[in-house]
Formats: sequence, structure tokens, C-alpha cells
Amino acid sequence: MTSRQLSKHATRIGFWVLVALIVVIAVFPFYYAVKTSFTPSSELFRVELWPSRLDVSNYVQIFSQRSFLQAIFNSILVATSVVFIALLLGITASYALGRVRFRGRSTVLLVILGVSMFPQVAVLSGLFEVIRTLNLYNNPGGLILSYTIFTLPFTVWVLTTFMRQLPMELEEAAIMDGATPWVIITKVFLPLMWPAMATTGLLAFIAAWNEFLFALTFTLTDSQRTVPVAIALLSGGSAYELPWGPIMAASVVVTVPLVILVIIFQRRIVSGLTAGAVKG
Amino acid sequence: MSTPVTESAPLPARPLPRHKRSTKVRRQRVRAAWIFLAPMLVVLVLVAGWPLLRTFYFSFTDASLSDLSDTLFIGLENYLIYEDGRWYGVLADPIWWRAVWNTVYFSVVSVSLEVVFGIIVALVLNAEFKGRTLVRAAVLIPWAIPTIVSAQMWAWMLNDQFGIINHLLMMLGIIGEPIAWTADASYSMWAVIMVDVWKTTPFVALLVLAALQMLPKDCYEAAEVDGIHPVRVFFRVTLPLITPALMVAVIFRLLDALRVFDVIYVLTSNSTSTMSMSIYARQQLVEFQDVGYGSAASTLLFLIIALATIAYLYLGRKQLKLGGD
Repeated sequence: MTSRQLSKHATRIGFWVLVALIVVIAVFPFYYAVKTSFTPSSELFRVELWPSRLDVSNYVQIFSQRSFLQAIFNSILVATSVVFIALLLGITASYALGRVRFRGRSTVLLVILGVSMFPQVAVLSGLFEVIRTLNLYNNPGGLILSYTIFTLPFTVWVLTTFMRQLPMELEEAAIMDGATPWVIITKVFLPLMWPAMATTGLLAFIAAWNEFLFALTFTLTDSQRTVPVAIALLSGGSAYELPWGPIMAASVVVTVPLVILVIIFQRRIVSGLTAGAVKG
Repeated sequence: MSTPVTESAPLPARPLPRHKRSTKVRRQRVRAAWIFLAPMLVVLVLVAGWPLLRTFYFSFTDASLSDLSDTLFIGLENYLIYEDGRWYGVLADPIWWRAVWNTVYFSVVSVSLEVVFGIIVALVLNAEFKGRTLVRAAVLIPWAIPTIVSAQMWAWMLNDQFGIINHLLMMLGIIGEPIAWTADASYSMWAVIMVDVWKTTPFVALLVLAALQMLPKDCYEAAEVDGIHPVRVFFRVTLPLITPALMVAVIFRLLDALRVFDVIYVLTSNSTSTMSMSIYARQQLVEFQDVGYGSAASTLLFLIIALATIAYLYLGRKQLKLGGD
């Protein structure tokens, strides 16, 4: 009896220790970045877990750099444009793939899946040529175009899954009334698809916001960079002394909005990430 | 980056009931479907299909970044050529093979660790306890942080002089002197793997959690009544049931890991001890301006990933069939 109770308690304690461990490992690096960002550069050599005082000099320094503000603006511009394009093209394509039965449908789906899987380096030189031909090198337009390679397949795929789940009675009545497919999409499906579009839009936004390889390769000057590249290339006076304080401040600035979004929309994100994943 | 494409093919499109399916409406719908698909297909051809073909083409030329239009067809020279008693080309470059090995090693180790940790985290999140939502939100944080930022955060924590990790390890007496985690060749790969595991375990955990939540409750009740040890229940009941979801998570993570770029680029730059295939190809393409040679490396990377996918799907199908017997 007592040994049984004891083992029960031990299991309980073990479980909570595990929970605590998971939370600490997940959150600590971010916490430590926030802590570092509020520590003046002159005190960084002292390793401390808690900030002794809040010092905003790192933030003042990064926000006084025009290029950093410009990078934030570029990132917002690129990510929102990509989301807009992906959703616009995705909603019509997912209607065709999810509601209409036609020959070649599974081939199109397979191609979309294939595109979402292949390595971005494999298209780097070809895409570089396309972007240069279109005169979009070192221009947010080039990034917007190239980011559709990973946002579009994903958006189409998830929206198709959602589209499939809507009852067909919806459409039947509209077809009987002689509505054209375009009217059906805009009047019947669009109002019902908002939650799904919000989810995929959010995921596409995060993916575009975080992208690095294309942003690094297709931009040249500070004024055209996006935030991840700006942070990766932030360096101090000498090659050996990286300005960790400002780097952490910039990191916190670009991450906090994402963390807030994720916490607010965590249910949505989880459903979007796993939509269809376990139903196959 | 980890584009979370969702998996299994959507079920076939729902047809309208037969009696309502007049051919005229049907034909109109099919035509509309292709019109709706057209813009997406055009964009995909422009950003994926065409560039991929051009990359294949460039790999057989001597193209350089400064002038892509003036190229000479040189056959397989970028891949392998025997000249003056020596082999040249990507396939003869020991650094390329080092990059292949690094990438494979990185992918296998980090995906394995992610699966193990992902299952543990998912099992914890699947239990009912107070504050579960908060813990789930906390677990999502690493996933939400841009890869570049997480790499920088860890680079700072792993800093040899002022990093908190060396500090803690020395305080606990585990190490005698600071370790240069990202610069020392014997540790840098592990540093990269650790950062990747930290960042992507949440993704695996979420997929596993979704699978766990769809499991039937009754077999667990039966197991509990029979007094079977939970660990045994996990290996005999839970694990086989979540295997399909795990396979999906593994293939997505594996494909993502094989093209790894950002983490390594920020943490260890172009150091050969951690160089991945993507880093190698980009270095040739952009830094050395050798588009032909870099394209050859990119093409090889593409082929390796395609082969890995096919092999995985083939083996996975076989294994699933065996499991089903």
C-alpha cells in the first residue's frame, strides 16, 4: 500500500519535473536573449541569469540605424505581399482541386507536393537568372516572386484540404441557380474559408518573414535587405568582436511579434500544421 | 526553413450526385477549374520548373555569375573530368564529399533526436494537467523564432568567453576550461545539431500530439484494467498506432534537414567541418561566382534528395504493409 502510494507520488513528481524541464529548455534561450538585449555592452562579460537593471542602449543603437528600420519595412512589405499573392492564387486553385473532378487533378497535386519538397539551392542559379531578366535583382519584388516557391504549394495544399471538408449542398444550390464558378468561390466559399485563410496566411507570413537563403542571395545593398539577413550580417567594428547586445536587441524586436502571434493563434496554427497530416 | 506542408493527399474531389450532373455544367466546371489553376501553375513554372531546368542546363556549362548569357557547353566537366593524370570536378572534390557526409550525418542524428524528444513532449502535452495550454504555448516558442535568430541566440549562449553554457558547465564542474563550441571542429557539428533539435522538436511534437489525440480511448482502458505497465502499453499499442504520423513527420523533417543552410551559415559560416551540401553549392555559385560548378553541385543535391524521397516512400510502404499483416 505505502510503496504503491510512494511510487505514485514519484511518478507525479517525475512528471512535473519533466514539464518544468521542457518549459525551461523551450523558453530559456529566448529569455536569455531578452536579458542580454537589456544589458549594456560594457557589462556583457559578466555572465548573469537576471538583469541587474534595464538598459535600453542596445535598442537605441539599432533603432538609430536607418538600415535596420529599412530592413523591418522590407520584411513587412515582402511577407504581406507574399501572403496576399499566395492566398489569392491559392483560393482559386484550391477550389479547382478540392471541388471539381477532372483529369490531371492528381498530377497537379503531386507536382505541388514535389515543389514544396525540393531544395531551394537547386533552383538558385536558375531563379537568379529569372530575377535578373525581370530586373528584380536587389529589389523586394524579386524576393516576393521567389518566396511563392514555398508559400504557394503549402497554401494550396492546406486550403484544398479545408475546401474538401465543406458540405456539397452549399454548392449545389448555387449551381442550380446558375451561378458561375467565380460567383461560387467569392459568394459561397470565401465567407466560409476565412478561418482557414487566416491560418495558412499566418503560416505563410512566418515562413516568408524567416526566409534567409533567397534574401541573402538576391539582395545586395543594406537598403534592400530583410530582417534575417540584416541580423545575420550585423557586425561590429572588428571581425572578432560581434556586437552581441545590439544583435540580441534586433533579434528580440523581430521575434516578439511572432511569439505574440503564435501564442494568440496557437490553436489555429496547430490545426493548420496538422491539417490532413493524420487523416490519410 | 521549415515550411510545414501538410501531408496526406486530400481525398478525391467530391462529385455532384449523378442525376444532377448535366454534362454542360460539368464541362463548364472543368474548364473553370483549369482557368483557376492557370495562374498558380504559371507562377510555379516561373519560380520552380523553369529555374530547375536552367540549373540542370548550367551544370553542363562554364557559366559565371557575372554573365549568364555568354556560356559554353562543356559536357560533364563540372561533374568529373580526367585531365593531366588527375581527376577534377565536384565528384572528385573531397570537400564536396565531406559536405555530403556532414549533411547526411546532421540529418540522421538531428531527425532521430527530434523524433525521440518530439514523442516525449507530445506524450506530456497529451496528459491532462493544469496549465497545459501554457506549456503548449511555451513549446511553440522555439518553432516561431526565425532560424537566423535562434542560431544567433545560441551562438551567444555558446560563446567561448562570455557564453552562459560554458559558464554553467564550469560552475557545475563538468568541464575544466571553456569550450569553443562553434569554432572547434570536434564540437561544432554537435552545436549545430543541438540548435536544430531545439528549434524543430516542437514541429514533430505537434504532429505526434495530433496523432495521439485521435487514438481510441478504449484500448487504453482495457490495458489499464489488465494492469499492463504503461511503458509496455506505449511500445505495444501507442507506438504502432502513431507510426503513420511519425513517418510523415520524419520525411518532412528529413527533406528539410537535407537542404539545411541557415543554421550552419550563421553558427559556423563556411567551415568545412560543418559545411552542408547547400552551403557548398551556394559558396561555389555566389562567392566563387562559378555558376556552372555550383549548379552541378545543386543538381547532385537535388538528385540525392529525390533518391532519398523515393527510397523512403518505398521502404515506408513496405514496412507499413508488413506492420499491417
